[in-house]
Amino acid sequence: MLQRLGPSVVSAQDADARSLFPAGLEFNAPVHGTWNIVHIGMLVPESHQIYVCGINCMRGVVLTAAEMGTQDRFSCVVLKEEDITRGTVEQITLDGIRDVLHKLEERGSLPRCVIVFPVCTHLFLGVPMGRVYRKLEAEFPQVDFVRAYMDPISKKRMIPDKRLRKVMYDPLPACEPDERLVVLLGSEFAHRDDSDLVTLLASGGKRLASIHDCVSYDEFKGLARASLFVSVFPNGEYGAAKTAERLGRRHLYLPGTFSYEQVERQERQLCDAAGLPLPDFATERKLCDEALDLAREAIGDAPVAIDAVVHPRPLELAHLLLEHGFNVSEVCLDGVNGEEAVEVDWLREHAPDLQLSSTILPDLRVASRVRDEQTLAIGPKAAWFTGTDRFVNLVYGGGLWGYAGIRAMAGLMVEAWREPKDARDIIPRKGLGCVSCI
Amino acid sequence: MRRTNRIVPTYTGDVSGACSALFELGGMVVIHDPSGCNSTYNTHDETRWYNHDSLIFITGLVERDAILGNDEKLVRDVVEAARELQPRFIALCNSPVPFISGTDFRAICKLVERECGIPCFYVRTNGMHDYVVGAGNAFVELARRFVGGASVVPGTCNILGVTPLDLGIAGSDAPLRSFAEESGFFVTSCWAMGSPLDELERAAEAQVNLVVSATGLALARHLRETYGTPYVVGFPVDGFAPRLADAMAVAASSGECQWPCRSSHEGLPHEGALCVGEPVMMGSLARCMEAQDCGAVRVVCPLEAGAELMGSSDLFAEGEEGVEEALRDARLVVADELYAPIIPSSARHVPLPHQALSGRNGWRCAQDPCAMRVADLLA
Repeated sequence: MLQRLGPSVVSAQDADARSLFPAGLEFNAPVHGTWNIVHIGMLVPESHQIYVCGINCMRGVVLTAAEMGTQDRFSCVVLKEEDITRGTVEQITLDGIRDVLHKLEERGSLPRCVIVFPVCTHLFLGVPMGRVYRKLEAEFPQVDFVRAYMDPISKKRMIPDKRLRKVMYDPLPACEPDERLVVLLGSEFAHRDDSDLVTLLASGGKRLASIHDCVSYDEFKGLARASLFVSVFPNGEYGAAKTAERLGRRHLYLPGTFSYEQVERQERQLCDAAGLPLPDFATERKLCDEALDLAREAIGDAPVAIDAVVHPRPLELAHLLLEHGFNVSEVCLDGVNGEEAVEVDWLREHAPDLQLSSTILPDLRVASRVRDEQTLAIGPKAAWFTGTDRFVNLVYGGGLWGYAGIRAMAGLMVEAWREPKDARDIIPRKGLGCVSCI
Repeated sequence: MRRTNRIVPTYTGDVSGACSALFELGGMVVIHDPSGCNSTYNTHDETRWYNHDSLIFITGLVERDAILGNDEKLVRDVVEAARELQPRFIALCNSPVPFISGTDFRAICKLVERECGIPCFYVRTNGMHDYVVGAGNAFVELARRFVGGASVVPGTCNILGVTPLDLGIAGSDAPLRSFAEESGFFVTSCWAMGSPLDELERAAEAQVNLVVSATGLALARHLRETYGTPYVVGFPVDGFAPRLADAMAVAASSGECQWPCRSSHEGLPHEGALCVGEPVMMGSLARCMEAQDCGAVRVVCPLEAGAELMGSSDLFAEGEEGVEEALRDARLVVADELYAPIIPSSARHVPLPHQALSGRNGWRCAQDPCAMRVADLLA
């Protein structure tokens, strides 16, 4: 049971899926396993990122690159107060990017792809970035300039993460499709060999590829040959759909899910689109039930806390676990993913006392992070908020998908319960799955 | 072009500097910015965030509120949080977009204070200056608000400019306090580590101010102008400590400010030794190195620090290109390890982590600067 009271916790029976918590000041928990735009951009082989902003805004991204050990693929142009007061932001932006590229050229390392990140300042001053890009493209015709943005102030336009997951694939050229190739777009993680996505495609003689397989920029551009594009992550859907549309290909959005029915629906959709044989769904479900029962046996009645970092659909996961007898006590999230809004209704009816807990509201900064009982956390944020060292360290689904993904999650829960982790060391590290030099 | 960093990171910015300065004082610091960039303060710049609760928040500014000038939301959110959490004070920090739109923070502070009855002040920041400026402004605003006139107590001092941004994860206020006490001074307050706000309020009682980093200089000037307190600039590193102690005694007796960390280089040959970074720490280290036959050691300062911290042969260097130029003929360079790519291959690089540059990257080889031995460093 949670120790705290206040606006930052609501029970399922009182939850409003449209607005769980009041808006207010926010604090930033020291949990950094999710990927930011630097991590995502680094997936483009042979690319170089250039950020143009004031130094306080620069700090998070420049040190992300340093912590990844990829400083040589990251440069920045520093905006100063006088640029704003004198109206020279456009010129400094252009001159700065040019200067970085000339310096790289002098060292024989002019990149083939440059991802440029202007910021909120450019947006608010109406800096014509299109004109900046036209000049850069004329001067450096051998470079592909990817038009990203780091403008977290834009909630109406498009969040930077979602935009990046689109524009990073803009260099993919029009070409003839390879009917055997299916490409996953918009995800941090490659899918494991036992992912249903991989095995289903293999059963029909198809191959799943993604940016994670590409070592060179040419290989990356070769992803354009896909006959079918798939996306599984909500922020990746838009970019995948736009890329497929531009290249004249089909796109399927098959978001990771913990609902047996939705898994079956998505796998049928995939098999239909790619001409694959259907799997034996009854057997798959039975195997999932067995894996979850084993996990339940191992974990017993211990409280289970789930966060929205571990997977975009934490409420579906709570639903699944509650149906299998787990003592799910808490879900840490700040809003409900529209794709699983219906789960709030289910939880209201079947688990009215389940506590939904914010992760950013001010009172949480001083709230107790100690629980009466040893808790199993599914996700690093839930681990921090419940003060446990028994946690599944996974972000955004971690490449788990389909029935095999559900079984893998059950296995990870057992492993986490049996093998405590060093939370202080692990949780603050950035970009789970990336190189970390700290 | 000095505005570009091809490969070396930029330093901690002013907003993070302000947060670091005020972290331990029981106040509430609010950064008026979108949730994203400036909220990463805790990730890279704040060594205390994981283990110590401090009320540092972001407003989560969105484009609609910025464009329409919805300051009411800012006031309401701050007041609500303050009523719930009852901080000792509230400090508001600016960021690029509110800076562009000219948000009137001083007026907002008055509104907030009137609404909740808690002292509220504005720390001049905009995300486009370095941490020295932000921390310095925060200390000065705090002093303006909380330090009152008092009789000077002989044999006392304040230690100014103490944050993890310069001390790193291995450093703390304890050895600085020990140094002051061993030098004959009781510590009235330490700005701002290990001293509660009540102690800082008594800062005007001190006979001398010891400035151990550039972040403390603005406050030292303010206390000098307001209360006449002389200040001494230097960090008690290794063999420099006795010289610093002497300077404190001179300041106490004469009432004159002292800059023992500043170079004179009289009679010393230049042999290409340079220290890159925060000028008080590096100046103090340079003086130690000179005593160990390194010749005249120059400080290369890439920060917006006061010119009075620098000697005549020291160098301000703007951006990566400025530092690269300064190091062109170097033979020995003491600098954070992330400077390595621009240090000439002919020079010897002695890495010394600086939290305000390399953040968590330097933690694995961090050392307490007060316990540092220059001979070991150069060995």
